[in-house]
Amino acid sequence: MALDKNQIAQRIAQELEHNTYVNLGIGIPTLVANYIPIGIDIEFQSENGVLGMGPFPFEGEEDPDMINAGKQTITTMPGAALFDSATSFAMIRGQHVQLTVLGAMEVSENGDIANWKIPGKMVKGMGGAMDLVASADNIIVAMMHTNRAGESKILKKCTLPITGVNCIKKVVTNLAVLEVTEKGFKLLERAPGVSVEEIIAATQAKLIIEEDIPEMQL
Amino acid sequence: MINKVVDNIEQALEGVESNMTFMVGGFGLSGIPENAILALSKKEIYGLTCISNNAGVDDFGLGLLLKRKQIKKMISSYVGENAEFERQMLSGELEVDLIPQGSLAERCRAGGAGIPAFFTPAGYGTEVAEGKEVREYNGKPHILESALTADFAFVKAWKGDTAGNLIYKGTARNFNPLMAMAGKITVAEVEELVPAGELDPNQIHTPGIFVQRILQGEKFEKRIEQRTVRTKE
Repeated sequence: MALDKNQIAQRIAQELEHNTYVNLGIGIPTLVANYIPIGIDIEFQSENGVLGMGPFPFEGEEDPDMINAGKQTITTMPGAALFDSATSFAMIRGQHVQLTVLGAMEVSENGDIANWKIPGKMVKGMGGAMDLVASADNIIVAMMHTNRAGESKILKKCTLPITGVNCIKKVVTNLAVLEVTEKGFKLLERAPGVSVEEIIAATQAKLIIEEDIPEMQL
Repeated sequence: MINKVVDNIEQALEGVESNMTFMVGGFGLSGIPENAILALSKKEIYGLTCISNNAGVDDFGLGLLLKRKQIKKMISSYVGENAEFERQMLSGELEVDLIPQGSLAERCRAGGAGIPAFFTPAGYGTEVAEGKEVREYNGKPHILESALTADFAFVKAWKGDTAGNLIYKGTARNFNPLMAMAGKITVAEVEELVPAGELDPNQIHTPGIFVQRILQGEKFEKRIEQRTVRTKE
């Protein structure tokens, strides 16, 4: 069975390291916060100017002056800090934020990512994505393996305007966990019940497959 | 103490003209100068260039100026959430310069800080880098981004004093302090205006030197764009 969005988030949460600062993008990445493993301390950064982001507020406690970069109402955790946008991107560009998790429309085997524009159709802007992918040490992409038409989004080369070059490290999809290596995508894990053949069929890029590919443990 | 107080929004907007460049603070609808935007949307000024992270929604924030086609060009990082904006952009009526958010923030900061340009890795290898100088630092390519300034910067703060000192609240700070620095005339609207001396100098976010005009905002709707809550268990 292919993973649903929550399970993709759950698998990515296994990558979280103790005592690190993490920026979660909009969409599936936001769900990662729901699955932090016990014993792992994380502070979430949101690029509109908060470190130590907490869960959504209880109904009636929403504050228009307290939102995340997705413009959702949020709360802060004990020890949180607030700052302006330039300071926020100093944290990102200066590599003080250790992990970035973001969504993508396409990724390619040399580590490029496209997630901000479909020419002539959807032009919402890159927001903070270009700054994040240009600087983060570790970038994990959360995405569906194929589009609605069943076409692969894991490509030899991105067809959409790119957000960053040669930057992503890992991709977690509804079908597989892939690592970006110098030689291309290496298949690390497969979704429970999904065969290697099914993953190959859904992937346009070349896959490096060594020995037996284990199932993800969720 | 240099008194920066103006009595009303009309005085605050004195000198605004067609074809000017404005900076407008806020992130989404959080921390936007609502009173200035509303007053600008009633003026017969057009051909504006607006530097703002976002473009409001259809019926609030900068969406009000877009609806009246007062804006010729937007310089932003993210403009989703506004159908009229997308329509004007895709039809070519509206010129749009999309900039990585961190570069936008730093370009405003640099403009106010007297730094004409800087190198950043953000956008290298993408459309954003087209026509820009590339230089390698520490083995990594960077692109040259220039500073931004504006004829007017409109910002919103939580508290301010008569000397123009500002304190922001929560994530409503965002671009406001940076744009305050980069405006030739910076207009600050605050929820609470107090006499100089009442704010603790240790707590000031924007020193009054960056603010030319300050006023008590008449009304703040403070609309929430994405209301997300959890239920008590």
